[in-house]
Amino acid sequence: MTNILLNKTVGIVAGVAAIGMLASAPAMAKVEGDTITLGSAISFTGKYSTNGIHASNGYNLAVRMINAAGGVKVGGKSYKLAVKYYDDESTPARGAQLAERLIKQDGIKFMLGPYSSGLTKAIAPVTEKFKIPMVEAEGASRSLFTQGYKYIFAVLSTSEQYLASSIALAAEIAKKNGKKPGDVKVAMAFENDPFSLDVRAGVVDDIKKHGMKIVIDDKLPRDLSDMSSTLTKVRAVKPDLLVISGHSKGAATAARQIKEMKIKVPLIAMTHCEAAKVISKFGDSTNGFLCPTQWSETMSYKDNLFGTAGEFDAKVKSTYEGYRNVPYQLAQAAAAVMVWKDALERANSFDIAKVRQALSDTDMKTFYGNIKFSAAGNNIAKPMALRQIQKGKLNVVFPARWATNEVDWPRK
Amino acid sequence: MRLSQNSIALYVVVIALGFLASLLFPNELAQISGLVIVVVLIQTWILANKYMSVGQRAFVLYAVVIICGIAAPFAFPNYVTQIAILWLMILFALTWDMMGGQMGYNSLGNIIFFGVGMYASAIVQIGLYYDVAQYTSHAGAVKVQYDWFQYVFGMGLGLIAAAISAVVVAVVLGRVVFGLRGPYFAIGTLGAAIAAGELVGAWDYVGGGGGITMPTFPGSGDERSLFFYFALFGLALFTFAFLKWLYSRRYALAVNAIRDDEDKAEAMGIHTLRYKTVAWAMSAFLLGMSGAVFGNMSGFVEPLEVAFPTITFGIFMVLMALLGGKGTLWGPVLGAVVFHIIKELTWTYFLGWQWVALGMLIIINVAYFQQGILGWAQEKWPDFFGLTVDESDTREAAADASGEASK
Amino acid sequence: MDNISLLTMAPVLNVQLLVDGLLIGAIFALVAYGLALVWGVTNVKNLAQGDFVMMGGYIAYAMTLAGIHPFLALPVAIVLMFAFGWLIYKTVIYRVVDKDLFTSLLATFGIAIVVQQLLNLIFGPEVKIAESGFGIGEYLDGGLTVSNIKVIAFFLALALALVVVLFMKKSRMGQAIRATSQNARAARIMGIDTDKVYAITFALNAAICGAAGVLISMIWVIQPYFGTSYSIRAFVIVTAAGLGNLPGVIMAGLGLGALEQFGSFILGAEFQQAIVVGLLLVILVIRQIQQSRHRQVVK
Repeated sequence: MTNILLNKTVGIVAGVAAIGMLASAPAMAKVEGDTITLGSAISFTGKYSTNGIHASNGYNLAVRMINAAGGVKVGGKSYKLAVKYYDDESTPARGAQLAERLIKQDGIKFMLGPYSSGLTKAIAPVTEKFKIPMVEAEGASRSLFTQGYKYIFAVLSTSEQYLASSIALAAEIAKKNGKKPGDVKVAMAFENDPFSLDVRAGVVDDIKKHGMKIVIDDKLPRDLSDMSSTLTKVRAVKPDLLVISGHSKGAATAARQIKEMKIKVPLIAMTHCEAAKVISKFGDSTNGFLCPTQWSETMSYKDNLFGTAGEFDAKVKSTYEGYRNVPYQLAQAAAAVMVWKDALERANSFDIAKVRQALSDTDMKTFYGNIKFSAAGNNIAKPMALRQIQKGKLNVVFPARWATNEVDWPRK
Repeated sequence: MRLSQNSIALYVVVIALGFLASLLFPNELAQISGLVIVVVLIQTWILANKYMSVGQRAFVLYAVVIICGIAAPFAFPNYVTQIAILWLMILFALTWDMMGGQMGYNSLGNIIFFGVGMYASAIVQIGLYYDVAQYTSHAGAVKVQYDWFQYVFGMGLGLIAAAISAVVVAVVLGRVVFGLRGPYFAIGTLGAAIAAGELVGAWDYVGGGGGITMPTFPGSGDERSLFFYFALFGLALFTFAFLKWLYSRRYALAVNAIRDDEDKAEAMGIHTLRYKTVAWAMSAFLLGMSGAVFGNMSGFVEPLEVAFPTITFGIFMVLMALLGGKGTLWGPVLGAVVFHIIKELTWTYFLGWQWVALGMLIIINVAYFQQGILGWAQEKWPDFFGLTVDESDTREAAADASGEASK
Repeated sequence: MDNISLLTMAPVLNVQLLVDGLLIGAIFALVAYGLALVWGVTNVKNLAQGDFVMMGGYIAYAMTLAGIHPFLALPVAIVLMFAFGWLIYKTVIYRVVDKDLFTSLLATFGIAIVVQQLLNLIFGPEVKIAESGFGIGEYLDGGLTVSNIKVIAFFLALALALVVVLFMKKSRMGQAIRATSQNARAARIMGIDTDKVYAITFALNAAICGAAGVLISMIWVIQPYFGTSYSIRAFVIVTAAGLGNLPGVIMAGLGLGALEQFGSFILGAEFQQAIVVGLLLVILVIRQIQQSRHRQVVK
């Protein structure tokens, strides 16, 4: 017993569907006229949007600089770069769909990465299946580089290195004070998400290597606004090192409550200090925090586009408002676009196989650091550094090669 | 009569040609021919409507939907994933309506079964050849490479495990929450869904908040898209057919009686708890399997946003059923289609504002447009519905039945 | 179980957890009281409760940006949120007040999404704080630290609750609200404009939430998406205490605050959210058992 209305509605729905599909099909090819379009699903909304926006600022800045400097030369012709963005809302399922949309519907042949390891994990299988190379700057999880992916290239150091150096530093300090590294007590508080758990894995490996003791191992919920119970525990067990990782909001929450509860731990290390702007928010109480960084404007790297790391820093501050410290998330995103330019010019072709080969042969110097990919696609030419907040400034204190200042120990 | 049959035959030929064209020219031409197919199908339907009997029309309608479903990924090769998600959305709306619309138990936590199914199949698929705890503790450092047999066999077992575990969870959870009435049921199920995500996130065996990377699909990218498209299409089709059959049984009368007045239904001798449990278990069965397929399709399973997305998928399923018109068979389907298209369009054209638009849609939907599309149509053209939509018939019949019985 | 032995070895930790829990629990109780008010009078279950709290917090944050002390945001937030609540009632809630129970849940859920997203678009997703600049008190030889703002906020929350109670008991409008909640039809017959009563109640609740948000922004951190967890807490407290039971709401609020602290200390912070929603389920089930016993008695 069907009916006329049903037919009509089916008709209307089919019509709407057809219009919808037609409307959402901008026929953009990878290279059109004199423009090369890179594609990226990135977090404009949702919990990663601060860093998503940092990353897109980095992409846009590099694109603008490259275009101003004459664009990308392929086959004797100069091309401009452009980026096609979608908002992945910080959710992996959406990111994977959008990656496919970029590749299939928008005809994108050259991808830039999303923000965060979770999103990159979701997108990498898609780019891999469609054999579309992706240069990513924000997915640090090492599991990305153990899956045998051939089309993912990461300019940053992998996540297990983020806070591992703080363990090495604690061991060094213990030795200097005539104690055994094995006596060092470590308290850990990591957000329960793919990135922070990867950071944790690296820290745990190094703790085992030095034979240190883990006295607290808390996983923080994702919508965390209070970690005072963890900090109360810290006060009770008096660790020598407190390690925290929870993106920007974790860093801000931790910094606030460390201040309010007057937590006195000789060494505190946490990720995302700069992105969370803890110095301007919490002032002197943040002195002595150790913050891992992929990049620092004091490093001596340079290239022909941006100049030195310091010049890049100045460029960002003059282009975008509100940056007191330039987060490394922005710098590495800019570096990823530079890798594309370099690889496309060396491939001198838009053929995917040649471009991929050129990418894997990359060996370049940028303001962000040297970039050379392993067979797995991670950058093996650039170490992580550890900065310490000293009198409201971020100074590199570890490793010795990049250190501009001595580490303050114990923190006051 | 003869004329119409000829023209139908003509249209069939045109459809076939368009189909062929879409295979030959996979890009813009394919899209145009896809559009032609759609237009022609509509024309065919209007004609069929004029000259065919009710039974034949129904047959043509279903044939058209099935043909469209099979042809869609070839006609629109660039939209395979989006259309696949559309089928998933239809399944979501239909399964939610089994409880919310037909029985009046408005659950906000059906997403639990989706997530349970997803994790069950992930554990089975990886556990077949690896040690799960070891796999997850290496944060994906172990690479899983399956050949076709391992993959398909693992996924088949995964689907069975997903369905069984979702049903078990439904039966157990049902014991706990079925005593709750009205808003307490909604709040209780919402709480259960949030708790499920949090607890899986704290469970190290399955990787906690770090999630699980699923085995990689052994075929090429396009093969992969098609594989999951047909898996979801098949599931949605099965769900629809199953519900169509189910709603024509005595079962529908009983659950509708529970919706209208649970105490009276109980007094009439309907074993309400059994019906509630069975209905929930059936929707869990279907949702669990869809979760298993979606987990493999995503390639990466993670508790809060992929497996138990309470405030996205979990609310979408309610919204779609309400938008189309709850308590009917076609309403949720329509709601899902309209919702999905609105969503895809806002996500493309209102970048950054899409969630505001969605929230407004919810508010307008429930505050100003509560009856849904089918309900609105019912008010607008009441004469069409005197002899029409079979679902409303069954509902009326149910109301009559319960009314008479109570007299 | 190491954590439990820690607690027995160092009793001062119990004091710290208890104080932290109770001080914040008072604000939970304030938010829950607003929810109970709206629920009892209009029968609308406001899922946007926590998001109203966040709005209050952002009002305080915006004022600190302008160099104004967040304390002064308290009256501003109360006035602004009252107006906002009135507006929301007049545009959305009045349409769903007499609809079935599920409708109000969904409508307020929609409001919650819109509020979250607009806050996100205006202020960004980063966590924000409104710095009060008050000192930090140390007691028991440094074993217990309490920031003064927490203590002040605690008493402010109690004072606000007291004001609302007095308003309900003494004022004409308060009496009309109570009459409506007891029997709306009878109230209408007696000449009470129930629509106005509903609007005032909803606006009053928004104002209460706004005030709580100002306090939260000075004590913890605010973020556009953090509202949901306050909504859940408010539902837990109200379900546990029951409607129209102010002492119960206060006790349940304080209890929840303490339970969260002890729970996440003992089990680990990853269970904090699960503890709250788990508790909700447990309370619902207990209520259900009580009810079924009641039904048997009736039989």
